[in-house]
Amino acid sequence: MAQIICENLTLGYDGKTILSGLNLSIEKGDYLCIVGDNGSGKTTFMKTLLGLLTPVSGKIITCDGLESVQIGYLPQQTQIQRDFPASVYEIVLSGCLNKARGLFYSKDLRQRAYDNMRKVAIGELAKKSYRQLSGGQQQRVLLARALCAADKMLLLDEPASGLDPAAAQEMYSVISSLNKDSMTIIMITHDMAAVKKYATHVLHIGSDVFFGEKAEYISKYGIQGEGL
Amino acid sequence: MIDKLVYYFQFPFVIYAIIVGVLISLCSSLFGVTLVLRRFSFIGDGLSHVAFLGVAVAAVLNITDNMLIVMPVTVVCAVLVLCAGQNSKIKGDASMAVLSVGALAIGYLILNIFSPSANVSGDVCGTLFGSVSILTLKGYEVFLCVVVSAVVVLLFLMFYNRIFSVTFDEDFARATGVHAGVYNIVMAVVIAVIIVLGMKLVGSLLISALIIFPALSAMRLFNSYRSVTMFSAAFSVVCSITGIIAALLTGAPVGSAVVAADIVGFAVCAAGGAIAKRI
Ligand SMILES: Nc1ncnc2c1ncn2[C@@H]1O[C@H](COP(=O)(O)OP(=O)(O)O)[C@@H](O)[C@H]1O
Ligand SMILES: [Mg+2]
Repeated sequence: MAQIICENLTLGYDGKTILSGLNLSIEKGDYLCIVGDNGSGKTTFMKTLLGLLTPVSGKIITCDGLESVQIGYLPQQTQIQRDFPASVYEIVLSGCLNKARGLFYSKDLRQRAYDNMRKVAIGELAKKSYRQLSGGQQQRVLLARALCAADKMLLLDEPASGLDPAAAQEMYSVISSLNKDSMTIIMITHDMAAVKKYATHVLHIGSDVFFGEKAEYISKYGIQGEGL
Repeated sequence: MIDKLVYYFQFPFVIYAIIVGVLISLCSSLFGVTLVLRRFSFIGDGLSHVAFLGVAVAAVLNITDNMLIVMPVTVVCAVLVLCAGQNSKIKGDASMAVLSVGALAIGYLILNIFSPSANVSGDVCGTLFGSVSILTLKGYEVFLCVVVSAVVVLLFLMFYNRIFSVTFDEDFARATGVHAGVYNIVMAVVIAVIIVLGMKLVGSLLISALIIFPALSAMRLFNSYRSVTMFSAAFSVVCSITGIIAALLTGAPVGSAVVAADIVGFAVCAAGGAIAKRI
């Protein structure tokens, strides 16, 4: 059963269209990779899915009981947060906020934060300051935070940017193991090897829009794709 | 010197000044950290000028209790500015500057054209440097300040985790189902209340300093949000007490003395931070 259905979706800012006529549906357990050139509207699409932007026209229908408190999100890196005075643990724990019942974090949620830090291999950085970490380490902190928030769906905007190849592979395998536990993954990437290895579906955004299963995408475009 | 201090502490107005100074610096420093991190350092300035506009309008309309106008106008402006967020056409700091300059100019204009009182520059000066000097506080004002401060501190503690989350990454909070908008509005209202109260008691110049300096100083030395918050609260309280006592002993104006103490404290923290980085 579909979790998200987009009907004739048009994206843009302040009524100005960037991309139009998107039709797609995302099922539980799918691994959707979004590819396309820089500036083609991938981030805009993801933010619209998340409800951070309102679509210019068209509809996004969420079904199968999907709620925003079950969604994790790894934003594209922004400059502002880089010098934020906070510890790694504080940031990862803030990902559990959508699960907090009362005003404070329960013991379970604090454990969840530690578990997720270990999952992305930053367990020993817990007390370190976020602003003193390398770009790649900061990216992993934000991934751990996203994992804390995610129950059913994880949206990732260029998760491998700033990571060395080994760390990127590690990140992909963490994401893949979550996907095997029936977590839906929506990932923006320029890494065609990862698309080939992990994706079940591909959304290609650009002068021509494609949405479909990976095999169809490969036979239509060849694995080099255009976004590479 | 000690004798002189002991002598001063027999007067209730000295005790009042210290109580109010400590409470206002505590409240403003707690929210100062999030304001500075969200690039709203100048909100103290902007909102107190809006409040000044409110005072001017109230004076012209002959409304005796000008809080009836000042408070709602300031709260509305705070909500508009703080909740417009990153997606608005005019960025936070620019909208703040527009508001600040605009409100001050229009307020001054209104006072000059319509004012029944002859002492316009006195009114303006009072708003900037404290309309009711902190040394002439009355008992009920101190009581009001204690009640409001208690509420502010309580709200801060209750929403600490939410404030952190929204400050660090509002988009993430929204995307994952946290009601960021609600917390933004609560924060904006609280900040407006602190600023209006602070402006009436200590002046708009001082309230801006109380928001900015503790947060900046703490960020030089500390690396976690919790320690930054705690240090900035302590820093602010210590500097205010030092400034008030120094002002009493030397006869200097209280607001300026407190700001001076904050500047010295900031310099010490900046130096400490630079040294800590070397070793
Ligand atoms: N806040 C914004 N306001 C207006 N236009 C924007 C904004 N952010 C991005 N854009 C424009 O939208 C287009 C798509 O951007 P984006 O979705 O970030 O691309 P990408 O595919 O690289 O993630 C770009 O042309 C960009 O200039
Ligand atoms: Mg992008």
